[in-house]
Amino acid sequence: MGDKNSTNWRTRFAVQVIVLLFLPVAAPAVPADPSFSPTNIFAPVSTPAHSIFGLSLFALAVTASIFVIVFSLLVYCVVRFARRADDDGREPPQVYGSNQVELAWTVIPILIVVVLFMATARVIASIQKAARPANAIQVIAIGHQFWWEYRYPGLKVVTANELHVPVSDPAHPTPTFITLLSADTDHSFWVPRLAGKTDLIPNHPNTMWFDPQQTGLYLGQCAQYCGTQHAKMLLRVYVQSGDEFNRWIEEQTQPAHASPAVSEGQRIFETTACINCHAVAGTAANGLFGPDLTHLMSRETIASGAAPNTPESLKLWIQNPDAIKPGSKMPAMGLSDHELDAVTAYLATLR
Amino acid sequence: MSTDAISTLRVEMPSRPLVAKLHEWVTTVDHKRLGILYIAYALVFLVIGGIEAAIMRIQLIRPHYNFVSPGLFNQMFTMHGTTMIFFVVMPLLFGFANYLIPLMIGARDMAFPRLNAFSFWLTAFGGIFLYFSFLGANGLYGAGSAPDVGWFAYAPLTSQTFSPGHSTDFWTLSLLVSGFGSIGTAINIIATVLCMRCPGMTLGKMPLLVWLNLVMAVLVILAISPLTAAQVMLLVDRYLGGHFFDTQAGGSAVIWMHFFWIFGHPEVYVLVLPAFAFISEIVPVFSRKAIFGYPAMVAAAVCIAFIGMSVWAHHMFTIGMNSNANTFFVLTTMAIAVPTGIKIFNWLATMWGGKIHFKTPMLFAIGFLFQFLIAGLTGIMLGVAPFNWHLGNSYFVVAHFHYVIVGGILFATFGAFYYWFPKMSGKMYSEALGRLHFWLFVIGFHLTFDFMHIPGLLGMPRRIYTYEPGRGWDTWNLIVTIGVFFQAAGILVFAGNLLRSYFRGKTAGSDPWDAWTLEWSTSSPPPEWNFAVVPVVKSRRPLWDLKHPSDPDWKYE
Amino acid sequence: MNTTFMTTPQPELNWELPARGRTAMFCLIAAESAIFTIFVVAYLFYIGKSLTGPMPKDVLTAPIFYTICLLSSSLTIHLAVSALRRGNIGTFGTWWLGTLALGAAFLYGTANEWHRLIYVDGLTINTNLFGTTYYSLVGLHGFHVIVGLLCLSIVMVFTLLGSVKREHVERAEVLSLYWHFVDAVWVVVFTVVYVIGH
Repeated sequence: MGDKNSTNWRTRFAVQVIVLLFLPVAAPAVPADPSFSPTNIFAPVSTPAHSIFGLSLFALAVTASIFVIVFSLLVYCVVRFARRADDDGREPPQVYGSNQVELAWTVIPILIVVVLFMATARVIASIQKAARPANAIQVIAIGHQFWWEYRYPGLKVVTANELHVPVSDPAHPTPTFITLLSADTDHSFWVPRLAGKTDLIPNHPNTMWFDPQQTGLYLGQCAQYCGTQHAKMLLRVYVQSGDEFNRWIEEQTQPAHASPAVSEGQRIFETTACINCHAVAGTAANGLFGPDLTHLMSRETIASGAAPNTPESLKLWIQNPDAIKPGSKMPAMGLSDHELDAVTAYLATLR
Repeated sequence: MSTDAISTLRVEMPSRPLVAKLHEWVTTVDHKRLGILYIAYALVFLVIGGIEAAIMRIQLIRPHYNFVSPGLFNQMFTMHGTTMIFFVVMPLLFGFANYLIPLMIGARDMAFPRLNAFSFWLTAFGGIFLYFSFLGANGLYGAGSAPDVGWFAYAPLTSQTFSPGHSTDFWTLSLLVSGFGSIGTAINIIATVLCMRCPGMTLGKMPLLVWLNLVMAVLVILAISPLTAAQVMLLVDRYLGGHFFDTQAGGSAVIWMHFFWIFGHPEVYVLVLPAFAFISEIVPVFSRKAIFGYPAMVAAAVCIAFIGMSVWAHHMFTIGMNSNANTFFVLTTMAIAVPTGIKIFNWLATMWGGKIHFKTPMLFAIGFLFQFLIAGLTGIMLGVAPFNWHLGNSYFVVAHFHYVIVGGILFATFGAFYYWFPKMSGKMYSEALGRLHFWLFVIGFHLTFDFMHIPGLLGMPRRIYTYEPGRGWDTWNLIVTIGVFFQAAGILVFAGNLLRSYFRGKTAGSDPWDAWTLEWSTSSPPPEWNFAVVPVVKSRRPLWDLKHPSDPDWKYE
Repeated sequence: MNTTFMTTPQPELNWELPARGRTAMFCLIAAESAIFTIFVVAYLFYIGKSLTGPMPKDVLTAPIFYTICLLSSSLTIHLAVSALRRGNIGTFGTWWLGTLALGAAFLYGTANEWHRLIYVDGLTINTNLFGTTYYSLVGLHGFHVIVGLLCLSIVMVFTLLGSVKREHVERAEVLSLYWHFVDAVWVVVFTVVYVIGH
């Protein structure tokens, strides 16, 4: 079994492998800078996300060390024990085992496992057993195919797709606790900078919490395959200062503003099948299958983030939802152009 | 080599018509032919599954791309996963097991040759039935086509409400049928290994490949059965109005997850143990040393199988189990890293002090060692439950399990192909083409699966047919897709090498690698009866004893 | 090459391996046990969780008599196999027939119970969680009894035709292992359904 095995070839091989290897390993060390990615798990702004971040660095350090040691041994073996070109063809000494060495490489991994396990158990407890303080904001999130329903029971707010929460001061935390339910299949709430993901499973209520310490818009999306448009069940969490949040709550608790200018649009809305699915507080519309539209215009996006909330895309969505989100549960309503304009004008007043 | 003349005692038959030859293959009960049928079947589906992967990767090359519709994409990931696991990797491994086990234990065939054939045809039918879904799955609502519920088919997405038509039923029934085939093969392997070893081959003297396949077969029996049960329950729900997973009637979606993963996790050990088997045969021969720590290797395999039955809910860290349950599964998941690590160390120790020959099988084995190490370490990361609350259901997991299955298992299987191709065909493959395959595939594999970890770390969930721009995922997805073409090229070179070498390769002889287990004592390919006289063995490496009569293994074992 | 393995014959090498048929049957039993375990787990998990409909204590009465029939059939099949081992085909046939009869009686009992549950108590597989899990678990067991009875019947036919001889005792024993397994599963199912779940 002869082959070329010059030192040059072996060394080149080893260098190539090392370069190939460290490239992707280095990449995650690349910025915890939010502008790099708004969903970067290494850019936490909330306590659970911070806890996970710290633990993950520890886990990465442990695994990276193991990798460096074992990989070096592999490279050494490949280089040092390659068959030389001038080999005499005799078999090398046969070694069948070694009790001491085998014991050592059993005990040391067990110790590493114990340490990593204990660190992990601590973080699990700190996140899952966190007590809910009295001033926590309570939200009920209900997953639907393919949108998010949010209810603030204490504050009497019902909205959809865009979640607003107050920023939390680390000295006096005001966390948000979310009860996760589902109206149909399994979903998962994942906004990486705020917390790890937790699933929404029918007949299996879950709870999660976060306390974001910086205002801003945080993005995420559904992370459990729930059907055709799983990919466009996007998440937008607006973390606002206390005043802004209170103002938002105030607006959301108002009923819809009636206006005679759009009465035709309102009439079409209420006599077509729209109200079978949609609710507008203070009117005849009280459907529960689709998002509550009472304050539709307070949202920046429609169709759970799939399109911006502009008159054009709103009109397109009503005319032909499949153009934006094929497979969503919104049917094409078959309205004429005139009816579409009227309804869109009506919806534009739902601030 | 006068011994070849003795071993190749065959009567030259007159050339038979093609129909007769095909009939022989279709009706064969010979373990060697069934092994080759399994492997050929798997290779066809490897190409099909690869095309499905390519379609998905092209769709994801840019955000909001429109290469395929969402519905088709969802079918692609469902079919790709189901195909690769059940109709590529499992048949490949069963094929090699079928071919090699009787030869390695000095037997003339498996314990139940007709059950063997029946099991193969059940599996084969299952795969064909699954693909028929593309044509024939239209049900009541005109809905349906290939299944699109993901390869783990979570409830209640699979209920009649959310999956009308028959697409889900094609998933259920095809796996049910091929599951019976798998159980049949597993029973056959256990009975063969326990009841048909040649004289002198105690359990402690079997080649590691035989041991690891024995443990794998036990796992199949314990693990496939829960899937069978769950699928029967799903059929009861879908067609008899049952409520096993009907959350509206008080049923539980979570219990499907438990049942599925009680199958699903041991299943990955079913896939990886035979890969370990290949490495345990290749590394010693190409390092010219006995395997280091044979008893520990056996013990580690048994430990892995045992502990592997207790880790399943690490696939469910995000579903809202309480902290005690989560903590328990973290413990068992990390525990399994210990026997797995031991195996890697033993392979390294086998190479240590040896004289390594860098033939194609060994290149793939070294690739396996490197990649399986990384895969194991990302697995440990995933076992840290709070870290899993980010990484679970993201592209990090997709990268991890492809690292295991492609970077680990497929690499080991390629190594096995090159190692045993001379035995199965009687011809040597082209070493140059083998190297080309290796390097193309290594480059493609790393381009795709190294960089795939990154979108996961940046928040990209799995099973999405498109993604939003501005999340920092675009470049990585592009690189991942480019790697696919290198891998495809590698597969083409591989297929070309096999075909060309089969027809025009040099004669291999019975023992081209100067190896030590019983299969190398037969001609290449072996006669139908394997051994004219049943061998009697005294050690783990019977041919080493013959080649080194002054220094046989049984003096040291 | 293989001939050189045989050095001098080694009379001291006592090489006995387990029987293939028995090994395979134990494996099959292990696989089936795993399947039944999942159905038992589902049954236990769903005890008390039905939202509506008849509850176990309203409609279930333990089938003591038919259980005795089934468990006795384990004894009769054991006696049959022992008789065959001694070469006594006639006794074998009698006990084998007894096993068949007792098994069939058990099936009759199940059918009777199901008839009453469906037409009198209104409990079907789609009524509620209890109905689903009950019919699935008992039905799965009943299915295995039917398969066993079919195999036993085939052997009965061979016996009546005079084809069964003393040298077939191992095959009969393998079949009896399956039958014992079916009985053991009934012990578990009976406990779970009529004792724990009641």
